[in-house]
Amino acid sequence: MSVVKVLEGSEAVALAVKAARPEVISAYPISPQTHIVESLARYVADGELDAEYVRVDSEFSAASVISGASAAGSRSYTASSSQGLLLMSEVLYASCGLRLPFVITGVNRTVSAPISIQVDQQDTMSLRDSGMIQIFVESSQEAYDAHIAAFKIAEDPEILLPVMVCMDGWVLTHSYERVALAKQDAVDRFLPPFHPTRSLNVKDPTTWGSIGEEDMVMELKYSVQEALEAAKGTITSVFEEWAAVSGRDYGGLIEAYRTQEADVVVVAMGSMAGTAKDAVDVMRSQGEKVGLVKIRCFRPFPYEEIWDAAKGAAAIAVVDANLSLGSEGAIAMDLKAKLYGVPGAPPVVDVIAGLGGRDVNAERIKQIVEKAKSVQSEGYYLREPYWAGLRPAIVPKGV
Amino acid sequence: MEITIGAVVKGGTSLGYKTGSWRDQRPVLNMDACKACGLCESVCPDSAVHVIEDVYVIDYDYCKGCGLCAYECPADAIEMIREEK
Repeated sequence: MSVVKVLEGSEAVALAVKAARPEVISAYPISPQTHIVESLARYVADGELDAEYVRVDSEFSAASVISGASAAGSRSYTASSSQGLLLMSEVLYASCGLRLPFVITGVNRTVSAPISIQVDQQDTMSLRDSGMIQIFVESSQEAYDAHIAAFKIAEDPEILLPVMVCMDGWVLTHSYERVALAKQDAVDRFLPPFHPTRSLNVKDPTTWGSIGEEDMVMELKYSVQEALEAAKGTITSVFEEWAAVSGRDYGGLIEAYRTQEADVVVVAMGSMAGTAKDAVDVMRSQGEKVGLVKIRCFRPFPYEEIWDAAKGAAAIAVVDANLSLGSEGAIAMDLKAKLYGVPGAPPVVDVIAGLGGRDVNAERIKQIVEKAKSVQSEGYYLREPYWAGLRPAIVPKGV
Repeated sequence: MEITIGAVVKGGTSLGYKTGSWRDQRPVLNMDACKACGLCESVCPDSAVHVIEDVYVIDYDYCKGCGLCAYECPADAIEMIREEK
């Protein structure tokens, strides 16, 4: 049972967060995240949401406020983009080590310079090593559903890690879609109040993140790694549980779309996955055996699921809307590392695309598939990534 | 050794951590010159100046020898001397 409304993506996220009944929200505005936190501020001001809304001087403070609130036992939330996420990064790394289960929306936006407010995934990718769980969404409806699930995943006693829901700026946050909203009592049954077994307590003071050096840092990092590995099963089952409530099933850690007997499998994340599905449909109708793996959960990295879906392919084309400058795209690096030495593993072609909001349309996806086929026939070892849509004539040289 | 996730431990651990061993300059308080204004107590970043029976006392277990108290003392009653074994 649900109500369907036409909503801006930001409003859909704000309504999901509201339905999760957070006790503390703290945020600093930055495009394209702003509408989410503006809506939440309005709900609190209008008495529709009983939460502390803490206005702060920076993203660093916003992350610090929700870290403290989470340690004190409150369900907590923030959101940011681009430079704002980078300013939070010190606190976010610490929050993972402290095992604080808050939820954060990472609204994907280019990182300066040059200054750009357009979408790419560089900002959230820059936080991939922090220990957070990162879930990428394709649509506003998926963003709505993923936020409700995110609190339950984060607060699982075996996980206790921040969950970042990554959604593409503008393309999702500022476009209007039909979004089905769950009934509050259904959300309440799915997501009971947060009662952690330990929290800050003035009557029994504790130090969190106490000093630990060569005697324990490796063990503590290993415990986060173990929690992330174990989280794969929990994330899948929480998604299944919410799918049973909502009637909407997006798959688990990945969604395999028409990958059966595909010669080329495209791997993509976020809103471009929707475009890629359309492109796959067109190519399939023309007799081309092409499929898509949409990564839903980037951290922990679901290499086994990707391999299961793509192992029959002759080539895998990874679309990275991010770049580890000096190397290549983050998704391709992970996938290549895991596939190295696997007998029969197909070549992985890394494609850098969509930086600074450059459009990744169906035509571009088709071009990427063609490139993957040609690289497969030409040999692919030790190659630079392929820059789809690059305009070499205007690349600046020198000063 | 027991490690908890998040490295959560009983509070007050810094009491057992005698940071006075880091010191290479020792503040020495001249009681005859001291006006008991309390500035040293308020500027000490390690809370290593205490008032005991109306007298200011430096706690050498925790004083790191930063010298702020000597710098701020309006009566020049605190002298920093080289710490020796």
